[in-house]
Order: sequence, then C-alpha cells, then structure tokens
Amino acid sequence: MKAYNIIVLAKQVPDTRNVGKDAMKADGTVNRAVLPAIFNPEDLNALEQALRIKDQFPGTTVKILTMGPVRAAEIIREAMFRGGDGGVLLTDRAFAGSDTLATSYALGQALKKMGEIDLIIAGRQAIDGDTAQVGPQVAEKLKMLQVTYVEEVKELKNDTITLKRRLDRGVETVKCKLPLVITVNGTAPECRVRNAKLLMKYKRAKTVTELQKENEDYTMLYTNRPDLNIPEWTVNDIETDASQLGLTGSPTKVKTIENVVLQAKDSKVISDSDENIENMMIELIKSHTIG
Amino acid sequence: MANFYTDNSELRFHLNHPLMEKIVRLKERNFTFKDQFQFAPLDYEDAMDNFERVLEIVGEVCGDIVAPNAEGIDAEGPQVVDGRVIYASGTTENLKALNQAGLMGMSLPYKYEGLNFPIVPYIMAADIVSRADAGFVNIWGLQDCAETINEFASEEQKEKYLPRVCKGDTMAMDLTEPDAGSDLQAVQLKATWDEKKNVWLLNGVKRFITNGDGDISLVLARSEPGTKDGRGLSMFIYDKQHGGVTVRRIEHKMGIIGSPTCELVFKNAPAELVGSRKLGLIKYVMALMNGARLGIAAQSVGLCEAAYREALEYAKERMQFGKAIIRFPAVYEMLSLMKAKLDASRTLLYETARFVDMYKTYQHISEERDLTRDEKDEMRRYQKLADIFTPLAKGMSSEYSNQLAYDAVQIHGGSGFMKDYPVERIYRDARITSIYEGTTQLQVVAAIRGITTGAFLARIREYEAERISPKLEYLKRSLIILTDEYEQAVKKVVSADDNEFIDFHARRLVEMAGHIIMSYLLLLDSNREEMFLRSAKNYITFAKAQVKANSEFIRVSELSDIGSYKFEL
Repeated sequence: MKAYNIIVLAKQVPDTRNVGKDAMKADGTVNRAVLPAIFNPEDLNALEQALRIKDQFPGTTVKILTMGPVRAAEIIREAMFRGGDGGVLLTDRAFAGSDTLATSYALGQALKKMGEIDLIIAGRQAIDGDTAQVGPQVAEKLKMLQVTYVEEVKELKNDTITLKRRLDRGVETVKCKLPLVITVNGTAPECRVRNAKLLMKYKRAKTVTELQKENEDYTMLYTNRPDLNIPEWTVNDIETDASQLGLTGSPTKVKTIENVVLQAKDSKVISDSDENIENMMIELIKSHTIG
Repeated sequence: MANFYTDNSELRFHLNHPLMEKIVRLKERNFTFKDQFQFAPLDYEDAMDNFERVLEIVGEVCGDIVAPNAEGIDAEGPQVVDGRVIYASGTTENLKALNQAGLMGMSLPYKYEGLNFPIVPYIMAADIVSRADAGFVNIWGLQDCAETINEFASEEQKEKYLPRVCKGDTMAMDLTEPDAGSDLQAVQLKATWDEKKNVWLLNGVKRFITNGDGDISLVLARSEPGTKDGRGLSMFIYDKQHGGVTVRRIEHKMGIIGSPTCELVFKNAPAELVGSRKLGLIKYVMALMNGARLGIAAQSVGLCEAAYREALEYAKERMQFGKAIIRFPAVYEMLSLMKAKLDASRTLLYETARFVDMYKTYQHISEERDLTRDEKDEMRRYQKLADIFTPLAKGMSSEYSNQLAYDAVQIHGGSGFMKDYPVERIYRDARITSIYEGTTQLQVVAAIRGITTGAFLARIREYEAERISPKLEYLKRSLIILTDEYEQAVKKVVSADDNEFIDFHARRLVEMAGHIIMSYLLLLDSNREEMFLRSAKNYITFAKAQVKANSEFIRVSELSDIGSYKFEL
C-alpha cells in the first residue's frame, strides 16, 4: 500500500468568534493582545482530512507548515497531539506585513524545500482575514493542480483522488491526479480531539528560539529525541527574492476600515404553513428584496 | 466550546493536594520509567502538568461532545438486535471521542499501554464525565475492571487483555443473577472444566449486567460443584470474540438509560480462570467492588455538580414577583446547602481516592521488591482507611446526589417536572447511585466496622490535630464538641452488647461520622484555599443539626424499644 507525504498549511489566528468590545483597536486593526491565539478552525478540518488518509495508509506523514511569530509553534504541537508528524515554523521579521500574495510566495518557497509532496491540504480561509486566497495562490506559485471547497476525501487510490466539493448551489464530485493542493471547508468533519499519550509524549516539542527563551532544564532530552525539535526556518533557510517578501511584496494596501453595526429595526415570525410562506415570498418579490 | 475541567477550579485544588507528591513518586517508581517510555513524566511537576493537561482534554470532550449528546442518548437508548447490544448513536460517538483522546486504561501501567495515572486523576475524569452524562460514565468507567485483571491475573493474561482495554475494548463485570443480587454467595452460573477442550465452560444466566455485551467481561461463577456459599465461587475472564454469550434482553429503566443493563445467557461460553479457584468472591470481587464503589462515589459527585449548576443557573434567570428567585431566602438557602453538600462529597471522594492510591501503589511495588517495614506499615494503614472510607464516600455522596437532584427539580418548579430541562434526567439518573454496587444500607454494613473499632474516631482525631489558621479555630472547636457527642452515641450503642441494636443504629452512627469527617475535610480545604470557607461554614452548621438529631435519637433509644419497629410475617 502506498504511503503519502502530506503537508497541512495552518495558521495561528486570534479567536474572533467570541469577541468583546475591546477586540478592535482605535485604528481599526485587530487587537491581537486581548484575543486568545487559536488554531484556525478550517485548518483543523484540513488536518482531520490529512489524518484520515494517514489512518488509512500507514507510513503516510502529515506535517504542518505555518508562518508566524515564534508562538505559532503551538500550532505544530497541537497537530502533533492529534497525530501529526511535526512540521516547520517559518518565522522572520522579513515576513511581517505580508498580504496573501507575499504569504503564498513565502509558503511556496518553503514548500519547495520540504521534499516530495503528494498533497498540500489547507483550510479554506482564516477567520482573521477571510480571503480564501492563500491556498489557491500557493498552488499557482508551485504550478500544482488545485481543488477548493473540499468537504470529503471520498477515495484515494494510487495517484488518483476523488473529492466531494461543497459549493453554494450544491455538491460536486471531482477526480484528480496527485500531486494536488486542496482547500477544505468548515462543513467537513471536525478535527479529532487531542490524544493524552501523544500530548504527554510531545508536549516538550520546541523550536530553537523557544528553547532559548524558556531555559529548558532537560537539554539532554533534545539530543536524544530529535522528534522534539521543531524546525524553525528564517528567510535565510529558503531561497527568496526580497522584493516579493513582507510589506514590500504586498500589493494589498488597506485604505480605511469601518465598523459596521448591523441593526434590524423589527422582526416578524412566520409559521411554516404553505400559505404564510407564499405570502412572504410575494411580499419579498414586491419589495425587490429577492427576484 | 465548554470545558468541564477548566470551568471548575475545585477540581484543580483537589488534584494539587500535598499528598500527591508522595503518590506520584511511588506510582512513577521515583521517575525511573522515563528512560523506557517517552510519555512518562520526568519529575513531579511534569507529572502534575500531564494530569492537568489530560484532564483538560477530558473536560473538552465532555463539554463539547458527551454533555450535548446526553439528551439524545436518554431519548434513544440502546437496543438488542440478534442477541447483541446496539448502543444509542450518541454513546458510540462518545466512545469514539474518548478512545481517540486515549482516555481508556488511564490507570494501567505503561507496559500495557496505559497512562499509569494514579486513582486521583482517573477518578477526577470520572467525576467530569459523570457531570456530562451519568449514564455514559458507566460504560467508560468499567475500565475499572482492568484494574482487577492487573491485580490478580497472570502475566500472560495481563499482556493479552490490558493493551486491548487501552485501545478501547469495553468491559463488564458479570456478578448478579436473578436470585443473587446483594447476596452474591448465591451465584449459580456454572463453570465446568472441559478436559477435551482444555478450557473452562460457563453455563447459566446473569442479570442486571451493566454493559453486558462489552468486549471483555469478568464473570463470577461456581467452579466447585456441590458447594452452596461464596467459597465455591471463582472469577473468570470471558472474551466476546469467542462467543457463547447472548443478550436476552435489556432492562427498561428509570434512569441511566444509555447504559445497557443486560440479561445474559451463557451457553458453553469458554473462559479463563483468574488467579486461584475459590477466591472469586472472597478476594477478587471484594477488590472489584471497592474500585466500583469509588467509581459510583465519583458518579454521584458528578451528578451533584450537574444538579447544582442547573439549579444555580435557573435560579439566577427565573424572575418571579419582580426579581430573580435566587434572591429569596427559601431558594438561596437551598442552593447554598446544595453547594456545601457538593463540596463535602467531593473532598471526601478525593481523600478516599488518595488512600486507595497509597495502598494500591505499595501493593504493586511489593510485587517488584520487598517493602521496608515503614512502607509495610504505611500500606496497611492506608488500606484500613480505604476500606472504611470507600463505603462511607459511596454512601454519603450517592444520598447527596439524590438530595441535590431533588432540590434542583424543586428550584425549577413546574418546569423541572417537564422533560424540557436537564434536571428531569439528572433526577432519574441519580436514583440508582444509592442502590447499585451495594445499597446505602449495605455501605453502612461495610462502614460500621470503622465505628465499632474506633478507626473513624482515630482519623477524626488526626484531622483535629492538624494545624489551622487561628481565624478558623472557632469552627474546629465546634467540631470537637460534635466529636464528643458522636463518641457518647457510639459508646451507648456498643455498650448494649447486642448486634441487632448496633445494626439498628448503624446508619445513624455512620452518618454522624460522615458529617464530622466531611466537616473537617472542608475546614482543612478552607485552610488551604479561601473559596471553600463558605461551604465549610454552611456544612458545619448543617452537620451540627444532623449529628444532634441522630445523637438525640440514640440517647432516647433503648434495646427494649426495637420490638415496636418489627413486623410479624
């Protein structure tokens, strides 16, 4: 049976699902300090799809690639607690201020260094930006095929994968050859929970910078157990063109940010009888709300 | 996004008890496992960090998956199809999640792929799971049975069965029969040695078997033909893979509906003997039952937690006469007493769990090397404490889970009687806790030795001797007075020199000891952590009234009065 090399693209994001009143700063940017940093939810859906392939095909490896500050290494550990095989943290000041294009470029250059890859799986979009651009752009940069909005891997046989896509107006099943980039919807199955034994085994997995910062007592451990060292790549570890990195490489410029407060003045409850529904539709067509 | 561990700071407090350092050091054999097993802790802090973080996983699974599934499981229930149990769909989902989280075989040794957790964090997980769904905790908690295999089975059997438990095989303990409930000496299920097949064969019927269709079962059977009492019974392991057992029916119960209670028919079911013949009931079932009783105490505490939280939330939201009902004395008095009973049950639960940890760990160490004299003394001391505290904890907390469920329904008023709120299910689920694994009346029978031998009193005196903050001394003084009252009552009952008179007052005496012990434990908890002071004060006031009521009953009661309680047949 074939084993696959899978990379999951994941991002650590501020938890924007339960925001308080101080979630935004006066200048309209996200106040990252008060929001807990979490594993981007749809990236967890992506990880689950990868782990299911690993369950099915022993020997398959599932590695995380994440770009962000040093604390984003937590994402890699979280994935290890769920069955992932480590990964790479891409971290450097040179990447700061990247928009989706610069991010995709940097990720693409890092992926080129990660050996032969059968599948790159990413969440559809991150909850802090909601662009859904990084996955597709990475595929373009690497000149790989891509399938977006995936809800389920229906079959994987040798180098052919059958995927179910969840689209606005229905479901589509597509068949495609590997290697491939796929992005996964939030409607896909939720990620499995952390495993106690894996947590106990990998909770000390750290990057070099984390080790230096935390004054780890058990330095011998990191010599004896290479699986505890999370590779940390800076701009020097990958081949890059400086003009395509960070703020310089980001054509997206934010002009203004507005706070939009949605307010409905009144509401109406309509029961589900055919007559009521018909009346409501007539009313909505009349008012040009639909149609 | 709920987490039933992190939202409950009382749990973290009990986990971090000072005795834990010794327990963990023994359990980890002075941290020598780390070279052999990559997930074994490096030191005490590391072990505690493991417990905390694993309990966080338990809390997350329970908050996000088990608790939301409870209502559906209660409505759907398990069913029997072709002699096999089909769980409710939520039950299957819960088991899958807990199994993926690696939460099976938590207390089993590393070498059998367990987490080697002490009883304290394992019982804490049971406490959390039970709060989420008290019916489901039965299926998950039957991993307890593996502890009996670990204790008494052969090395070969351990290697064969324990890793399977850690991988998610569920268990059952097949003890009771239609005519052998509380009285297990009457067990009839026949075990016969088949010379040709070189295997034991089981034949007969078992009844009221929780999770009877589990993968691996411990079965109590009569291996000595012609015998009539407990000395003819042995313990067997039955592996479902071999077949021979069918589920005839499952009971229609009042509560814990998700937990399938089975009637089993054994027809030449092959089985393996555990340990020695004839020790089935006398030794192994007693050990099994003590573990199970602690499990029911945890289930009761989890139910208390659930009942209290539901009642508190409702009382804050429900407006009557222009204000939230929690502002009325009749309601806040009830709620505060509920909280005091919850905290009291929980502190007794973890005190008992520590005793069990201490002696069981020494017992396992004694199989590897000779214990020193001090260690032997310590093991015996904790074993004696565990033996009397286990029935006390099970008895008191199961009764409190019923009281709290009753009060929680009461606080909900008419709505509590409807199926619209979880308290209705909690009320039904709680009812069994004071019945199974020995009724409260039988817990009293097991605990009464602690009264007559003075063992409870000796432990109370130890609590009394512990140093506490001067500002708490006034509470201790009132407990010293209560202890004197308890001593007088014991003296009066014992001096009548009549066993029936002791049995007649046994429950009153055991409850008195229970109230005083729980009061002391809450007092000591408040000494370490301010948040328990409220419950300590409220519980001590309640305990005073209860102890005085019981002591007055005993004071006016004479041996000659018993006649007026008896019935002609």
